[in-house]
Amino acid sequence: MSFLEFSNITKTYPGVRALSDVSFGVEKGAVHGLMGENGAGKSTLIKILSGDQHADAGEISIDGKVQAYASTRNAFDNGVIVIHQELQLVPELTVAENLSLGRFPASAGVIARRRMLDDVGAKLKSAGIGIDMRRKVKTLSIGERQMVEIAKAIMLDARVIALDEPTSSLSSRESEILFALIDRLRGEGKVIIYVSHRLDEVFRLCDSLTVLRDGKLAAHHTSLKGVTRDQVVAEMVGREISDIWGFRPRKAGEVRLKVDNLSGAKLRTPASFEARAGEIVGFFGLIGAGRSELMRLVFGADPRSGGTIAVDGKAVLATSPHDAIRAGIVLCSEDRKHDGIIQGRSIEENINISSRRHHTRFGVLNRASEIATAETFIKKLKVRTPSRRQDIVNLSGGNQQKVILGRWLSEQGIRVLVVDEPTRGIDVGAKSEIYELLYQLAEDGMAIVVVSSELPEVMGICDRILVMCGGRISAELTRGQFAEKAILAAALPDKKTPDAIAS
Amino acid sequence: MTGQLKKVLLGEQGLVVIFIVAFALVSLLVPNFLTDRNMLGLLQSVVTVGIVACTMMFCLAARDFDLSVGSIVAFAGMVAVMASNATGSILLGLIAAIACGAVVGWVNGVVIAKFRINALITTLATMQIVRGFALISSDGRAVGINSPDFYQLALSKLLGIPTPIWVLAVLFAIFGFVLNSTVFGKNTLAIGGNPEASRLAGVNVDRTRIWIFTLQGVVCGIAGILLASRITSGQPNAAVGLELSVISACVLGGVSLAGGRATMSGVIVGVLIMGIAENAMNLLNIPAFYQYIVRGVILLLAVLLDNLRSSALGRR
Repeated sequence: MSFLEFSNITKTYPGVRALSDVSFGVEKGAVHGLMGENGAGKSTLIKILSGDQHADAGEISIDGKVQAYASTRNAFDNGVIVIHQELQLVPELTVAENLSLGRFPASAGVIARRRMLDDVGAKLKSAGIGIDMRRKVKTLSIGERQMVEIAKAIMLDARVIALDEPTSSLSSRESEILFALIDRLRGEGKVIIYVSHRLDEVFRLCDSLTVLRDGKLAAHHTSLKGVTRDQVVAEMVGREISDIWGFRPRKAGEVRLKVDNLSGAKLRTPASFEARAGEIVGFFGLIGAGRSELMRLVFGADPRSGGTIAVDGKAVLATSPHDAIRAGIVLCSEDRKHDGIIQGRSIEENINISSRRHHTRFGVLNRASEIATAETFIKKLKVRTPSRRQDIVNLSGGNQQKVILGRWLSEQGIRVLVVDEPTRGIDVGAKSEIYELLYQLAEDGMAIVVVSSELPEVMGICDRILVMCGGRISAELTRGQFAEKAILAAALPDKKTPDAIAS
Repeated sequence: MTGQLKKVLLGEQGLVVIFIVAFALVSLLVPNFLTDRNMLGLLQSVVTVGIVACTMMFCLAARDFDLSVGSIVAFAGMVAVMASNATGSILLGLIAAIACGAVVGWVNGVVIAKFRINALITTLATMQIVRGFALISSDGRAVGINSPDFYQLALSKLLGIPTPIWVLAVLFAIFGFVLNSTVFGKNTLAIGGNPEASRLAGVNVDRTRIWIFTLQGVVCGIAGILLASRITSGQPNAAVGLELSVISACVLGGVSLAGGRATMSGVIVGVLIMGIAENAMNLLNIPAFYQYIVRGVILLLAVLLDNLRSSALGRR
């Protein structure tokens, strides 16, 4: 019997069996990886662990004691803390206040500020977290906020800490600090469940690993000795994927998109670049380097203060996405949840929202053609769903991304496709499907711009890479010149050695 | 058995089922309820709320809010009466009333969409401003209608059914069609679901919102005219608290205050449930003071049911 034991966990949602008969154990003082494609059941398992959802069958035991929580609060009290991708902090409160929330030291309802600061200070110090606890959370970087979340778990004397994709929005340096903290927690005998898509991190950090596929246990490794990456990928996907990039050389044609000295409120230095028909241009840089800001200007999502944009030599005066789409430029935003999907509406409506204008008469919808469009793209993009009428929030991240791509591919006359972090939070199988789609679109003559923070990705799929740093384009490399060190050097703000981060 | 029941009540058509059951029960238990006269009276009593609910549905579905409807209805009624008295032409009076409603709605829309002022605050302000206009225009007094033809708007009948009920039915049909089958309707629902994503998907969010509020003003103008005709005068204090009845009816009909979810059939049922409750209580001689309590309880129950339905739909 392990310290944390999942036995025969089964969970069914209407129409989907999310987990079936999943059993495995994790030892004390271990970092345990939990991997699987989107929709494999990782999130559901974590939700059951945190008391957010109830298993239909099976049980979880900690230290030999079966856990029966009625709510997340119970799970808290039992020492189980889940740190979600969306952090649960109150921005207007200070670090110390956030860490004491729900258990303020107080007398007669008045907070004993001194005591609160002492308590929090001591805990932060012992955990080696160097954040000024008097700062308001809204002034912290995402990496620092993550630290605060983990500090919260430490404050509660958590026995089991589950981290859901903790590095998805961290820079490499912030990730390093996080890993050091996790190592420390391991030393203290905590159980860490580490959910991630990133093989590098899992291999570097984890002692043991569970792989889920389609809600079932695909593999359980009590040690990662002798386990190869290819093997884990195969376990996740259920088949061998030899080369996930599958790059094919293409001929670049005429200049499709020409951006000249474009600037806006969030991008002071004017930026210029071009993309040709059939070309995939990558934009690499650290978070905050100005890539997304530049793309939002190109798409008219933010007002531009200067510069010109031309598509096929014709000036685009777009001041809104509405205009940009009509000029043939579309953007798949980085933040799918906030800027992409329309919650509460069906896949069908999410696909048709823009392109329906081609089938309407006097503003009246053409139902038949909308259904046909939805069915076409669900099939073409292999969106996994029981029906086109399904609410989009019920889809996994990869499938939501495909629906948003479908939204743009169903448009007419699109010449420039900009995708911002197209594979963030998306599993390996869906990733290569998306890359393949980008190649096909480029071959059909679109100019494609890919913004990505993953160096292997831009190097794997792009014909040309532009590097951004501190709000300006700092380097340009064609495929023959691609070299990790050169790209990283151009992406770093000061003269820090790229080796430290490349490792 | 209970599982089946739960499924029916929490399903798509749960509200309609509850409505039919409630209607049947009231018909059986309340004397004089199911008579032609009472039915027409019931429908007459929900005309104002029902008409305004058509566009309030759009407002709420787009995550907006409109508190100014009661004031616009009163003001439009005043304008209709005063303009027809002054010009001697009823048609001009009607046009003036609808135009005034449209202007107030348009101003609401522009302030909310372009200047990005919260809809609750904006319409709270215009609610008071417009009520002020209504009071100033006649120095706070009711204005009688000169031309008897004006009464005919509310009194005339077609196939035995009073005109206002026909107007209500036509507006229900029009706005049901607009919501489900036009780009405008779908954009409204998309904006309510996620405004920023809708903008980035190419929806002209500002223009859509301005249209919603302008339509709301036009519809309030129509409601104001019919109300003035029914009470045979322009009353500056008419329709006080109408906004709350209308929003209650919409919420009762399953329109989500968080936006993105609305159906015309739901709103119709919501309006009728409110009307039936009031009508039945009147027939049973329940004092007006108690009726407030009953209405509040019905609203709470409806929202509770809606909540249960949302979680049953598995919003994960």
